[in-house]
Amino acid sequence: MTDRTISVDYLARVEGEGALRVRIHERAVDSVELAIFEPPRYFEAFLRGRSYFEAPDITARICGICPVAYQMSACHAMERGLGLSIAPEVRALRRLLYCGEWIESHALHVYLLHLPDFFGVPDAIHLAKDHREVVERGLALKRAGNELMTVLGGREIHPINVRVGGFYRVPARDELEALRPSLANALYLAEETVRLTASLSFPDLENDYEFVSLRHPDEYPMNEGEVVSSRGLRIPMARYDEEFREIQVPYSHALHSVRRDGGSYLVGPMARYANNRDRLGPRADAIVREVGLEPVVRNPFRSVIVRAVEMVYACEEALRIIDGYRPPDRPYVEADGALATDGCVAITEAPRGMLYHRYRLDATGTIRDARIVAPTSQNQKRIEEDVRAVVERSIDLESEPLTVACEQAIRNHDPCISCATHFLSLDLVRD
Amino acid sequence: MPSTRPKLAVFKFASCDGCQLTLLDCEDELLALAGRIEIADFREASRRVVEGPFDLTLVEGSVTTPEDIPRLHEIRANSRVLVTIGACATAGGIQGLRNFADVAEYQRVVYAHPEYIRSLATSTPIQDHVPVDFELRGCPISRAQLLEVISAYLGGRSPNVPRESVCVECKRRGTVCVVVAHGTPCLGPVTQTGCGAICPSFHRGCYGCFGPQDTSNAPALSQKLVQLGMDSPSLARFYRTFNANAPAFRAASDAARPSPSPEGA
Repeated sequence: MTDRTISVDYLARVEGEGALRVRIHERAVDSVELAIFEPPRYFEAFLRGRSYFEAPDITARICGICPVAYQMSACHAMERGLGLSIAPEVRALRRLLYCGEWIESHALHVYLLHLPDFFGVPDAIHLAKDHREVVERGLALKRAGNELMTVLGGREIHPINVRVGGFYRVPARDELEALRPSLANALYLAEETVRLTASLSFPDLENDYEFVSLRHPDEYPMNEGEVVSSRGLRIPMARYDEEFREIQVPYSHALHSVRRDGGSYLVGPMARYANNRDRLGPRADAIVREVGLEPVVRNPFRSVIVRAVEMVYACEEALRIIDGYRPPDRPYVEADGALATDGCVAITEAPRGMLYHRYRLDATGTIRDARIVAPTSQNQKRIEEDVRAVVERSIDLESEPLTVACEQAIRNHDPCISCATHFLSLDLVRD
Repeated sequence: MPSTRPKLAVFKFASCDGCQLTLLDCEDELLALAGRIEIADFREASRRVVEGPFDLTLVEGSVTTPEDIPRLHEIRANSRVLVTIGACATAGGIQGLRNFADVAEYQRVVYAHPEYIRSLATSTPIQDHVPVDFELRGCPISRAQLLEVISAYLGGRSPNVPRESVCVECKRRGTVCVVVAHGTPCLGPVTQTGCGAICPSFHRGCYGCFGPQDTSNAPALSQKLVQLGMDSPSLARFYRTFNANAPAFRAASDAARPSPSPEGA
């Protein structure tokens, strides 16, 4: 047999609908195609004509897994364009909400989507048959993240409390205090997660990634910072379009992002950690030292440990924010100056990596142009290269185990296909 | 040995994945539930697929591509009970805003490579294509209502899901009315409850994510919203979000803005 094709028609344990096709000729990989067949939903088209004020709630519906990320990028973009400045207390609450989403989303991926691969079982339900305490720990962590989002956001999926300029209602101190026991427990469970994941055995593979993330002067990045890369790039968010561009490929409903020179890059936990190892909090730092995690993780299968470290960080950061919380004088500020602007741009760190929003508003505050680049769009090309690397080193495997290895190579980066798909640019000729 | 437990399947059409995530968000119930039912086909959670027929099928998302239609018919034929979950599956979702776009305008839409993409001009709910046994509303659905629907069908009874308006829920919770107290525009009087009336408890007007309540009077609410100072385009947009194609909201938004908008929204 000189030609064979590895096909996965419907990728499991990822968010959304995608397929994989790898063509092998002799003992070489001919092509790798991560085909995203999830239908486009045209957000960028129907955002035109909506008020700037509606963008956080509408764009949240791009992804039920990371709605806070969309709300945050949309709010920051509008606020930057409109010149609104946010009170430090409101800024802290936004970071707290983001901690909830990081905990929930990472716990979902680590325990329900990724860990079954390492145990050779099809899903977390089967994992629970022999390791019930492991799955229960994951569910408890996930619940802690969801509780935080429910208290602060009103509900965990598509929270209702976020608005341009701040929040509709800010919590009283005791509402946040009540979260402390569950978060303290989650911190311990997250540390246990680092110990568990660090003890797994990993395929021997290192890739040469260009890691791209935000970097902030004093914090592990979430809502603010400059765009940096492990190869020396350092630019303000507003210059993103100069360094990164999108291309359309025939086999996928999602655009691929590439660097200016056409090369791939990686966003997400591995990139954030590589670029911000020195910004972790004391508990995350201590657990990294305890398990001896390398300062830059280049083995994609080990991303599961990095996600666990970020959960530790998100738990300790949430507790720190609750400790220092005092309610702001006003829950939100409103735009009162000119609304026409093309300066609405922001990047925030979704659980899966940088999420870019850019808008142009007219004098009535109506959106005239919208552009959104999701983390998975940015990682698609790199994920294909990862699959190629895995196939090349395992070319002699039978098709079934090779298929499993390919699927895991994709799941390593927690792709959110629902996010990636909805950005096929439509350009209305009018306007 | 084949399992004798009832088989559950979860399928996705155009959507954000949030409603199926609600099943995984049942952290306290998930393992117990998995003991009572067999999760036969749920790709977001498992790579193991058990053949149908399925005793209970949950369908998320709306129909937006030509391929969706035969796929949906096959799912229906393979399902004893089919329940749609969420605003996309029951009303076409936010992507249903394309249904308001001027067709001529859409023909002038230009892609970089339109030949790579297959997509219908409309986003339609599941019930437009196949019979549906029960529709669970919400953007997203409520976790408690999802568990109720699963328990009901496993127990061979009808789900007990309230049909009253968000207003009733606010009264029950003792939430001060945001319209009366603050003049804040609110769709609560015309929206079915199920969310728990969250928005008014956060000093925000309801934005209708559970869709129209069956016996509501949208024209009367629209009149009130105009009195509060809402202009026509804002009023039309207020009804045109996640349940824009639900007939009562569609009629209310068309009444607010009679001519089709070139923007499509």
